[in-house]
Amino acid sequence: MGDLDGRGDIAAAFESGPLTFEPTKVSDGVFAITMDTEASMREYIKLNLKVPLVGSVGPVAAAFDFLASAAPGVREILTVGKYAHEVRQKNYDIVIVDATASGHVIGHVAAPDALRELVRVGPILDQVSWMNHILHNHATTGMVMVATPEEMPATETIELRDRLENETSLGRAGVVINRVLPELFSAPEEKVFNKFQKHADELVDAAGPSVESVMAGAAFASSLRRSRTQHIERLFNEFAGETVVAVPQLFVRTEGLRVTKLLATALSEELGV
Amino acid sequence: MSIESMLVSKEVVVVTGPGGVGKTSVAAALGASAASRLTGKVLVLTVDPARRLATALGLESFGNVERQVDAKLFAEAGVDPVGELWIAMLDTKASWDDLIVEHAPDKKTEKAILDNALYRNITGRFVQSHDYIAMERLHEIHTSGRYDIVIVDTPPTRSALDFLDAPERMADFFSSRLLRWLIAPARSRLVNAAAKPFTVVADKLLGARFLADIGEFFLLFQTLYDGFVERAESVQRTLADGRTAFVVVTTPEPGPASEARFLLAELKKRNYGIGAVVANRVLPDFFTARGGATAAKNLRKQAADLSASIEPERQSVAEGVLREVADRFDDFRLLAAQGQAVLDELPKGDAPVVTVPYLENEIIDLGGVLELGDQLN
Repeated sequence: MGDLDGRGDIAAAFESGPLTFEPTKVSDGVFAITMDTEASMREYIKLNLKVPLVGSVGPVAAAFDFLASAAPGVREILTVGKYAHEVRQKNYDIVIVDATASGHVIGHVAAPDALRELVRVGPILDQVSWMNHILHNHATTGMVMVATPEEMPATETIELRDRLENETSLGRAGVVINRVLPELFSAPEEKVFNKFQKHADELVDAAGPSVESVMAGAAFASSLRRSRTQHIERLFNEFAGETVVAVPQLFVRTEGLRVTKLLATALSEELGV
Repeated sequence: MSIESMLVSKEVVVVTGPGGVGKTSVAAALGASAASRLTGKVLVLTVDPARRLATALGLESFGNVERQVDAKLFAEAGVDPVGELWIAMLDTKASWDDLIVEHAPDKKTEKAILDNALYRNITGRFVQSHDYIAMERLHEIHTSGRYDIVIVDTPPTRSALDFLDAPERMADFFSSRLLRWLIAPARSRLVNAAAKPFTVVADKLLGARFLADIGEFFLLFQTLYDGFVERAESVQRTLADGRTAFVVVTTPEPGPASEARFLLAELKKRNYGIGAVVANRVLPDFFTARGGATAAKNLRKQAADLSASIEPERQSVAEGVLREVADRFDDFRLLAAQGQAVLDELPKGDAPVVTVPYLENEIIDLGGVLELGDQLN
């Protein structure tokens, strides 16, 4: 696993301590890295340019860094290319990339395509060709889009799908609707709940004055869940025929490995694996 | 400094924070709030490539051209604004084209740049070009004086830092001697000895042909360098001076709050003024009310008796409802308490922390945006 921007979220999810560009075993059978463009650049130079790397790569690094700024897509290629390289080398059974936000991710995955249009010959073209071979093969690579069931995230997910289709050749692997709140009441139960609300005095006598907060909380949770329903339905409709899974909101104390395991269990149940 | 005094006293407000915390809604709410209470023209500029602002305002998508929000929409929300609310989003390609048309020394250079394949790719696709042109656009709008306040909605945290650093990076790039070396072969085909290691790496990396294309492109672009550096420095000064305030938005969850803390530290490092920290989607107080947990426990315990007394005909359904009410309260109480602990860990003293409750209804129109604005003030 790895990220594209060195945010460190994967380390937090596995409670592994800080990650580096070198793979760290974070769980049984799971290795993780964090993106470091300078380290990626060093690796690229070592693998492809055959420039001797004794000690510091200072001047070479400065030159490379400058060129990555000057030449469109080179920086993006360094990040996307790192993961494509791992797939190409068959170092892992599956490579999972925690990508950038929906507004930026297209710039990354479309970088090899863009470079292909610009470069007709030369070393970069060779790199781009094998990267695209991996990225564009739908049996090998697919994008999983994750959305919470709210207006803006749902709209952005649909827009991302359209951009993915129009601007790239990357395939889709599925949609995860995350943090789906539990449905509190069916319609008949809602009527019963409303009746209880009209008997506030009896509830207070039985459970104490703070029961009003408890009832207000349930009303809030129910209304919040109801407002989300339309977005869940919209996503299922928009991605009809594709893999769409809804993962429940987890009510747990902390984030970290325990949550990751709970989420993994919830996902497995939804996917039936 | 309160949000209102920030809106009165600042010319640029940059709204930033991790992804998915409601930055765009907060930026729209600050803009709508300023326009409804204060005289003058307010622009909300979204530089995030995702089209969130239109959704937040309940509008069809809009583009690069600044557009005034119809007074009818304010009237529908029951507000008679004192000022004007304008919105725009950044269209990277159109903004780059405008910049070239504006600053190219002559028509011939302008056409040569606009037709250049590298230029078209850089401007159309790459993230870095987006970050830089966003700053150019902000600079143009701010210096034009067309607006009393510009509120900028930025991409998520790490990208926001790229965006803030873009002017400096651009200035460094254009003043680099490596750039002179890069364009030297295109100009004279004579390469000096000091440049040799660079040209070797460049050639191995990009290939002679691509390198030559890049060199020619930057040679063409050379006429614009000085302006780029000058404007980059100017926008950098504006961000760091007293006319600009940063608003950091987060939710009361450990992940986003940790990103927000990182961002606050980075902003401080750059000497940027922090106007407010907005804690968005804070669960209502009743989840943390004193005695709530005991009441939920009692309700569960008394479910059978209460159901028999209030809803005897559907007693088993009623019992289930009361247990569900108690269970859900406990679930949300846990999230609310966790959220409070997260908020307590936000750095104190940098700026006021403004909490905004979780709104039951989503923000899908100007009315919702104005409601959020009221919560911010």
